[in-house]
Amino acid sequence: MNFSWLMPETVSTFGPAIDSLYYVILWITGIVFFATEITLVYFLVKYRHKEGRKAEYIVGNHKAEVIWTITPFVIVVGLALYSKGLWDEIRDPSLIPADAYTIDVIAKQFEWNATYPGPDGQLGTGDDFVARNALHIPVDQPIRVNLQAEDVIHSFFLPEFRVKQDAVPGMNTPVWFEATRTGEFTLACAELCGLGHYRMKGSITVHSQAEFDAWLAGQQANGEDDQ
Amino acid sequence: MNNAIELRRVFAPALVALLVMGCGGGDGGGSSADGAAGGGAAAENPVDAATAGNIAGSIVFEGDAPAMDAIDMGAEQVCADKHSSTPMSEEVSVSDGMLANVFVYVKQGLESLTFPTPAAALLDQDGCTYRPHVLGVMVDQDVTIRNSDGLLHNIKASPTEQRGFNTSQPTNMESNRSFGTAEVMVPVRCDVHGWMTAYIGVLPHPYHSVSGSDGSFDLSTLPPGDYVIEAWHERYGAQTQNVTVTTGETAEVTFTFSASMAGAVVPLGEPVDLHYHSVVGDRD
Amino acid sequence: MSTTTVAEPHAGHEEHHDLGFVRTYLFSTDHKMIARQFLFVSLFFLLVGGILAGMVRWQLGFPGQPMPFGNLLPDTMAPGGIILPEFYNSLVTMHATFMVFFALMPMLAGVFGNLLIPLQIGADDMAFPKLNMLSFWITPVAGAIMLASFFVEGGAAGAGWTSYAPLSTSGEWTGVYMGQILWLVSLIIVGFSSITGAVNYVSTVINMRAPGMTWFRIPLATWSLFITAWLLLLAVPILTGGLILLLFDQTIGTAFFRTAGSGEPLLWQHIFWFFGHPEVYILILPAMGMVSEVIACRSRKPIFGYHAMVLALAAIAFLGWIVWGHHMFQSGMNPMLGMTFMATTMVIAVPSAIKTFNWLGTLWKGDIHFDTPLLHGVSFVSLFIIGGLSGIFMAVAPVDIYFHDTYFIVAHLHYVLVGGSLFGLFCGITFWYPKMFGRMMHEGLGKIHWVLSFIFYNLTFFPMHNLGVQGMMRRIYDPNQYEFLQALQPMNTFISINMFIFASVQAIFVFNFLWSLKKGKEAGNNPWKSNTLEWTVPSPPPHGNFPQMPIVYRGPYEYSHPDAEEDYWPQDMPPVSDTGGQSVGAPTPETVPPESVLGD
Repeated sequence: MNFSWLMPETVSTFGPAIDSLYYVILWITGIVFFATEITLVYFLVKYRHKEGRKAEYIVGNHKAEVIWTITPFVIVVGLALYSKGLWDEIRDPSLIPADAYTIDVIAKQFEWNATYPGPDGQLGTGDDFVARNALHIPVDQPIRVNLQAEDVIHSFFLPEFRVKQDAVPGMNTPVWFEATRTGEFTLACAELCGLGHYRMKGSITVHSQAEFDAWLAGQQANGEDDQ
Repeated sequence: MNNAIELRRVFAPALVALLVMGCGGGDGGGSSADGAAGGGAAAENPVDAATAGNIAGSIVFEGDAPAMDAIDMGAEQVCADKHSSTPMSEEVSVSDGMLANVFVYVKQGLESLTFPTPAAALLDQDGCTYRPHVLGVMVDQDVTIRNSDGLLHNIKASPTEQRGFNTSQPTNMESNRSFGTAEVMVPVRCDVHGWMTAYIGVLPHPYHSVSGSDGSFDLSTLPPGDYVIEAWHERYGAQTQNVTVTTGETAEVTFTFSASMAGAVVPLGEPVDLHYHSVVGDRD
Repeated sequence: MSTTTVAEPHAGHEEHHDLGFVRTYLFSTDHKMIARQFLFVSLFFLLVGGILAGMVRWQLGFPGQPMPFGNLLPDTMAPGGIILPEFYNSLVTMHATFMVFFALMPMLAGVFGNLLIPLQIGADDMAFPKLNMLSFWITPVAGAIMLASFFVEGGAAGAGWTSYAPLSTSGEWTGVYMGQILWLVSLIIVGFSSITGAVNYVSTVINMRAPGMTWFRIPLATWSLFITAWLLLLAVPILTGGLILLLFDQTIGTAFFRTAGSGEPLLWQHIFWFFGHPEVYILILPAMGMVSEVIACRSRKPIFGYHAMVLALAAIAFLGWIVWGHHMFQSGMNPMLGMTFMATTMVIAVPSAIKTFNWLGTLWKGDIHFDTPLLHGVSFVSLFIIGGLSGIFMAVAPVDIYFHDTYFIVAHLHYVLVGGSLFGLFCGITFWYPKMFGRMMHEGLGKIHWVLSFIFYNLTFFPMHNLGVQGMMRRIYDPNQYEFLQALQPMNTFISINMFIFASVQAIFVFNFLWSLKKGKEAGNNPWKSNTLEWTVPSPPPHGNFPQMPIVYRGPYEYSHPDAEEDYWPQDMPPVSDTGGQSVGAPTPETVPPESVLGD
């Protein structure tokens, strides 16, 4: 059984940044958790009723209120400001690298259909081909997914990449990421989309550039035969 | 004051019961929890075999058959492994100039006869493919839907004349469904495996047949008389012919389809009206 | 702020005619009876919600296994006792729906709003007793409709309690037709219970306070219910409106949310969460108020920072309106809005922190009596700390990218709603049971129930944080379909077993509740030696509550005051100087002091 608070392995450029932010929060909340809970138990033990005991008539302390208003405020606002840069880097469409390799991913009940550009290198032309439930990308290369949905809301979740974005019908949402190592990883749906939601899975395979080019060429040769 | 507890306990279930009685199930797509309903208390077969005749024939495909797309089952290895050769789309299934999976049935001429409900028909999901691809059943006849793959399939039936259903089978199992209203045809699909489609024709009588790979079909033991029969194909649309059945004789009928019919309007979800009209084209 | 109202003193109610069984127990306008009615109905729905949760946990703990008694369910739900995926989706949907709308809201606002507000402010009943009766009766009717939705063709709603569009707009996507419609109708109806109740609560607190009961002498329980009532009044109509639009999309072909007709799915989310976020504060504020009463009373010490506590309640309620987008960070909403909502969400942690420190401050140097209500009250504090801290992970939007729609969220929400609201309710029920029913609950059973609940509650929900960190998504019928989640199955089974034990332990509470109705020790007026006005009248209070109009001389937290003989000083006890010694009991008209003593 895994009781770990440690994040699992990550294979994207975002991963370490998100994970270290998580650990910062874990440290802060962990310290606060232990401090408050231990204080609570300590008070319960120390001030429990005993024969002859009398409570002290204390209505409050203005200075204490100020301290424990300002301190949490500073901590949380600090955290928010600290996170802004990373949020912008991940989500701001104008910051998506211009050289990103683009794939259309269309979610539907209950499969992911990824459209790749054909030999002409352009998406949206007649030589594009579609792979079902299988993403293939080159390593160390920014990838841009144009995320769409045909029917209901789905959510494009790459756990090892720390990528998640809802796919909303009627919207075309850009998601970008970059893999840092090769291998086969998980694509999951993270928004309830019907009875097949639990099985709306795919794979994302990260190739070396050479292997990816070979895969692409092989797919394009079969291009007309795929649906 | 404690009586309030007792009354509360009675009130809520009573309200529930009232509401439940008010909301009955809808038409069609109903499920029967027990196995095949079978003949039950329905009428005996009204057809006298001694005076009956037959209709038989074949579906011819003229010209070159269109190439079918291969189905990529790579994302579902269990199913891919069940196919020794690359699975192909079943939309147009031609061999030796004969067209399979054409649904042939008596469209008009049976008037007011009522027939007993047969035992359950089987719709199997095997290798992520519906078997059969086209199925004929009677109104209220059970369809036993079987999952032979042991992985999630959902069965979404989308009729027009009645409420459909969308049920899942996450593992090897069987479920029963039936249709309460006659309709030609009801599309069935699986959302988990988007290539899986089937068509079910629901009729108020048992005179339906699906052409095999040799293109043949037969409608036997029909009362003598004049009939209109229809041949329905999922890409090439529907054709009708008038046929006269005489005692002890088998009327031969041939339907011809060709690739040029690909633009035809394919009727789906049509209601079935058996009242005889004299000639094709006079109908509504 | 001088709004003391001197209403006519009540004549004795001895001549009050016998109303008969139906008017006394079924269609009562007495707020105390309505509180009891709410209590029984909401406990029933708590049981329903718990059973549904048990089925969810069965599937997650023992995936694909036939469930005990599962063969009683029809084949459309669980053939051979094996839960189907679509039924699982209905289970998670209906579990949350029943718990939020038919268990927690009626218990927090319906039971305690009704019981406490008139008694704590010195009024004889609510401002609008007949409206109050209507407010109750709407709830079981709506609840019956919600229950009925299980029995229609296509089954009960299965699009989540959040009912996101377009999934919820059509049976085409879920296979659920009538069930979704009934879900919408039921919630539209039950909203009026909250709205009418809130009208009563606000009017009563503003207009019917006894002389001397100034704003800052109102006990925190009533303060929290008053503020909650404002949230209900403003938030619930928004939900009702959204539900009606969704109902139209379902039934008459409009396209507010359906893309087929150029609708906007995100619009549903904005409407829902604009209600939904104030809603979660509706679910926690009354618990906070009750816990404050109990901790102060059982520590024999004033609440630390009473004014700050009131301001914190108000701040939470106000800020709660501007954080809704944190439910939508990953929704496709403009990411620049993400920063705004992250900032406001972080800020709302501050008043909750203030309250937590004030509770600790109340315990500090107190004389703490470890009875069952106090144990539940401090459990509330300790579990709310966990729930609040876990929220910070999701408030930080980049980290939420990973945690959104995972079990980390499920852990967080159950820590605040069960660890917080439910334990807060146990605290309130065990504390005010004597006032409602005239008898004490059995203390030994209460402690056993508390310790077992606390242990098995944590064993059930704490590991869910870890499931989330490992990436397990929520609303997933079978996580084993994913290789990266297969190693988590033992954890899921562990959680399920602990949940079954936690649920079974609640039988002790039910037994204690029912047994004590007849066999509990007689309570007397003030078994806890509390200061607030409800403890100055008999248990249960007579019709009309106070034989004479109470007059309030001080705040509600004068415990262990150096000038007082006892370690408590009821609000309505005249000051020492006027009567030459501390007297017990309500003042007679002859001892009504001059206006100058009544305060500002």
